[in-house]
Amino acid sequence: MPEQAESTAGSPTLEIKDFLRRRREQIAQRWADEPLFRAVFTVSRDEAVEAGKAVVDALAQVADAARLEDPDAAGFTEVREQLARMGTARSRAGLSTAQVSGELAALRPPVENLLLADLPDAPAEHTRACVTALSVLMGTLRVVVMQTALSEGQALIDRQRLQLLEVATPVIKLWDGIVAVPLIGTLDSARSQVVMETLLESIVEQQARYAILDITGVPTVDSLVAQHLMKTVAAARLMGAECIVSGIRPAIAQTMVHLGLDLGTVVTRASLADALGYVLHQLGVGIVTPGANGTGTSGAVAR
Amino acid sequence: MSQAFPGAHGAPVTGHVPVLRLGEVLLVTLQGDLHDSTAQQLQEDLAETIVHSGATGVVIDVSGVEIVDSFLGRILAEIAGQTGLLAARTVLVGMRPAVAITLVELGLTLPGVHTALSTEVAMELLRQQAPSSRFGGLRQERL
Repeated sequence: MPEQAESTAGSPTLEIKDFLRRRREQIAQRWADEPLFRAVFTVSRDEAVEAGKAVVDALAQVADAARLEDPDAAGFTEVREQLARMGTARSRAGLSTAQVSGELAALRPPVENLLLADLPDAPAEHTRACVTALSVLMGTLRVVVMQTALSEGQALIDRQRLQLLEVATPVIKLWDGIVAVPLIGTLDSARSQVVMETLLESIVEQQARYAILDITGVPTVDSLVAQHLMKTVAAARLMGAECIVSGIRPAIAQTMVHLGLDLGTVVTRASLADALGYVLHQLGVGIVTPGANGTGTSGAVAR
Repeated sequence: MSQAFPGAHGAPVTGHVPVLRLGEVLLVTLQGDLHDSTAQQLQEDLAETIVHSGATGVVIDVSGVEIVDSFLGRILAEIAGQTGLLAARTVLVGMRPAVAITLVELGLTLPGVHTALSTEVAMELLRQQAPSSRFGGLRQERL
């Protein structure tokens, strides 16, 4: 049933292009049986065939532009999203990158067989050239898929990093004119920058005269972290707010002394409660315990 | 510096910054970009006004300032220093977050300058604390 190739003398690239256009249906049918397509398009086989056709069209277009080795060729643009979806679907199913790559490689033999069946009378040299061109094209397809899958992953990581930055730095209003930032996790330059910005913004917003930086959730304090803290404190002071650093655990206090870190004139307290007590005292606010005959102030901690 | 057309680029950039007197306190409001020469002029004006008026406090409102460079930062620190010599105190008011971050990154933490969130708070601060002051805390930062 396969008609003979009419122009055996054409260049291998054009030959491949013509072959892909001619055998579009058959290639797509065979690909639909391959694990890669079968696993991604589980709903119906027709869907897999359609997806396969789209890929074949893209490959033909790339061959037409004679850019077999270029993963950025215009032909791939349209199927890139689909390929990325297939790649990520397979990775999500628990396949390693190498396994996905292997499944992609498995797409080549059926096409190659079809090609060889199409060129029975062609000179051996021409056949070899065509097969090589096809291999190159399929290799490029593999690169495109892997590339897209990787950049998807990178985008996901970037997005999550951004979310982490936002999530990890809430500014809490504790009282009129008192805000607190519970710092959690390691403080690096990027995070301390975000902390500083959000804190300063909320100082303006809340007209807060006192800001408490609670470092209970910071696992280690080294000279860099101390420097970041000092910067935040200095910036807050420039705006007219006083910063108190609280939540210094015994072990951290020891480490800081061992390292010779000096927080200078920054007011420090052991716990957030102590810091709040200090600030309330500074503001002249006392907490009255109802049981203690009305006048006993228990919240204000002496300096 | 184009001295020929003051204010030709929008905001009035050259000339004097007015120093307002409110009882014992001098109020200075900085707006927009400040020319180096204007800042220096202000420094001189302030010193003279303090001596003549016997003011005990200077409030500098920087809420209208979007850019502070190292020069202006130094001028502000110098103003605080000279005001201190003349037995008055300087309070910097309403600095924007971005400006504060920039100054800290430049290493200009302005020790010895008092700060406040609003002019109201600044006036209260100056009223509360007599020149003899228990405000030792901030002075100690001058290392």
